[in-house]
Amino acid sequence: MATPQSLVLPEQPPRTVRTLLLPYLRPLLIGVTAMVCFAIILLLFGKDPLRAYSDIFRQTLGSRYGWSEVLVKLIPLLLCALAVLLPARLGLVNVGGEGQIYMGAWLATWGALSLGDLPRPLALTAVLVLGFIGGGLWAAIPAYLRAKGWLNEVISTLLLNYVAIQFVNYFIFGAWRDPESANFPQTVRFADAFLLPQFGGTRVHLLLPLGLLAAVLIFFLLRYTHWGYAMRAIGGNPEAALRHGFPITRYLILSMIIAGGLAGLAGVGEVMAIQGRLRPAFSPGYGYVGFLISWLAGHSPFAAIGMAFLLAVIALGGDTLQITQNVPFSTVNILMALILFIVLGNFFRAKKA
Amino acid sequence: MEQAQPQPLLETRGLTKRFGAFVANQAIDLAVYAGEVHAVLGENGAGKSTLMKSLYGFHQPSAGEIWLKGAPVTIPSPQAGRQLGIGMVFQNFTLVPAMTVLENIALFLPDMRGRLQYPVIEQRVQALAERYGLSIDLRRRVGTLAIGERQRLEILKVLLSDARILIFDEPTSVLAPQEVEGFFQVVQRLKSDGYAILFITHKLPEVMAIADRITVLRQGAVAGILARADATPAAIIQMMLGKTPSKPSELQPQSLTSEATTTGQSSSRNGANQRAMVELRQVSALASQGGSRLTGIDLQLFAGEIVGVAGVSGNGQRELGDAILGLLLLAQGERFLQGENATYWSPATIRASGVACIPEDALQMGAIRGMTVAENMILGEQAQHTRFGGLVMNWPGVQKVAAQALGNVFAAKAPRLEVPVETLSGGNLQRVVVAREVARNPKVLLAYYPARGLDVANAEAMRQLLLRCRQEGAAVLLFSEDMDELFTLSDRLLVLYHGQIVGRLLPNEYNAHRVGHLMTGGE
Repeated sequence: MATPQSLVLPEQPPRTVRTLLLPYLRPLLIGVTAMVCFAIILLLFGKDPLRAYSDIFRQTLGSRYGWSEVLVKLIPLLLCALAVLLPARLGLVNVGGEGQIYMGAWLATWGALSLGDLPRPLALTAVLVLGFIGGGLWAAIPAYLRAKGWLNEVISTLLLNYVAIQFVNYFIFGAWRDPESANFPQTVRFADAFLLPQFGGTRVHLLLPLGLLAAVLIFFLLRYTHWGYAMRAIGGNPEAALRHGFPITRYLILSMIIAGGLAGLAGVGEVMAIQGRLRPAFSPGYGYVGFLISWLAGHSPFAAIGMAFLLAVIALGGDTLQITQNVPFSTVNILMALILFIVLGNFFRAKKA
Repeated sequence: MEQAQPQPLLETRGLTKRFGAFVANQAIDLAVYAGEVHAVLGENGAGKSTLMKSLYGFHQPSAGEIWLKGAPVTIPSPQAGRQLGIGMVFQNFTLVPAMTVLENIALFLPDMRGRLQYPVIEQRVQALAERYGLSIDLRRRVGTLAIGERQRLEILKVLLSDARILIFDEPTSVLAPQEVEGFFQVVQRLKSDGYAILFITHKLPEVMAIADRITVLRQGAVAGILARADATPAAIIQMMLGKTPSKPSELQPQSLTSEATTTGQSSSRNGANQRAMVELRQVSALASQGGSRLTGIDLQLFAGEIVGVAGVSGNGQRELGDAILGLLLLAQGERFLQGENATYWSPATIRASGVACIPEDALQMGAIRGMTVAENMILGEQAQHTRFGGLVMNWPGVQKVAAQALGNVFAAKAPRLEVPVETLSGGNLQRVVVAREVARNPKVLLAYYPARGLDVANAEAMRQLLLRCRQEGAAVLLFSEDMDELFTLSDRLLVLYHGQIVGRLLPNEYNAHRVGHLMTGGE
């Protein structure tokens, strides 16, 4: 009945340099534009942008130590980005990474302080599991409220961040405070068994391979399992998913628990590997930067690894600038904002046919 | 009136539109005169919508020219099209649901750039609405309007923007029979006021009723132009399909009647002894948005029958289906499926028990944007297409299953499995959803306007498919606004009005007048 729609021979779409190269050039163009804009800002501060950039490079990718520090920064950023991108695939906006970091670290700290002597493998498993649970349960609160249709998750996840930070501070300044460090509110140093193993004399720790593994698993989950299929269906068209009997409530809550758990692990990493004890304000906003990364990466796990790396370099570069160029750390926020602006502004994108 | 005028109001000369390699329109010559209704007919994918979009400024032609009042014009954008007096009434309405009717109209007025003067707009709307019989409550939110009312609003919007050329894309596909009559009157009045009307449609009887001239498209090119006086349904179908239909009578809906009544009678006789596949007892439920609350619904569906549901849209059709599918909480009453009390079953359990649904809006309710055709073919069944102990999706297997299911519904050319589903034309998307639901071998099939948006040949194939489902023992609940379709296919007919079943008719009691009377609340 239906006849072939067109008997005209297909005509090759025009292949120009623009359409062929632009997809690959785009990240480069974004980076260069952001750096040029940032250079102008540095000039306004009366700094030498070329020296600033060479300083950043030397302190990050220019040495083995620099590389290791980039990876150290990449760990929490990647985990927090994954905590945003998984719910995002179901249409949820998780702005609560920061609070989930703190609650993960809090429950892991509870374990390290109260479980006493444990063999190392058991102790490590305990803090990782507790960290995951802490972040996961914290994320389950807004997820439940949203799934019931009571409260939008954007506002609840964001506000719970402040609750979590104050909650953790309550313990650091109170019951868990180390009496011997009178000037610094912080817990005692954790027993060695609870500290995450670090590699090659650097501060790079166990959560780097675990974080990369998590990214691969999430990719696999979304692409190849029927749970991932259901998640994409719910994110793509909730009404059709509902009409086809998908248990949407269950998926919303579960995805947020996994997401919160990943952010919680980021908290474990900071506390159990980098700091060795629980301190106030141990996360300089990793949860928010993770949010940025996930959106920059278009909620793709592999792109998130790349973006996390880039922003780790920038964050570390901010530390460097603070020291060598004597600019406030917050100037690096300007650079991040510029990148966000350029990416979300859709510059340098090939025109759609 | 029609050919008397020497100069067409709007004309295309050799208009060609390519999308990459695909030629959607091939050297189209089309002329529309003031005061004529010009129908454009063609199968799905024949290039009707593309042609209209070029006229309206949505697409730019790859070659050829558009002439307006005897002079060539370029129409770089829909705004420019509106300024030139070309107005389009879309098939998928372009309204803002959260705004009121009045606000939606104000959005599109060309001379209301600054402060909105609602009293002025209101006066103009009222005047037009009265002149053309397009009454509508201006203060209601568009989200609460039934689909027929939204169309009236779309027409008003276009008239208010001072268009002289009106393009209607499948205007009657969303209307109840009475509304179609009213719509034709609107068109007649517009025509006598000197508007030029382009009318895209699939429905032959409407073309015969209203068009002055008919242009038939096939595979993107003009297959023929007929004056109504010379047009016969057979001639038009021949042009559309490019061949003489083997049995012309098969394309007349009446041909189904004999089969429908003979098998229908036997099946309903059997039905009396069977237990019902679906039974609703005294069901009441709240309305979904823009619909009607159900009150006191008693319904039994038996295996091997098609039960038609007639009603003006928004009178409880969606709620009735949702009550069966478990998507609507029953305020009162009970639901039984195959004899089991299913009042508290989840939608997933109900679907798994063999209930399938062809939804009224395939893209919104039946498909996931961003997923491919193949992925959409297993929506809700994904857990059955896994390997390695349910861990991993069996995508190659899904491709095979999907191809097979599509092959059953698409006679010749199914869409490619790996394209995103949102790139399909409306008709092909509908067929993908139908193929999926039918492939489940449903025991109960709810079919909402299954032939909507399909051309003559495919609509006929769709009806045959429903008959096949019935023959294979499914209980089919057919929601339709096409009287002929309901009368020829249904073993029994229910009439919905304000969420109640106000009529139960057997085939010998079918007549359009009576059903229309019941549909509009008459006794």
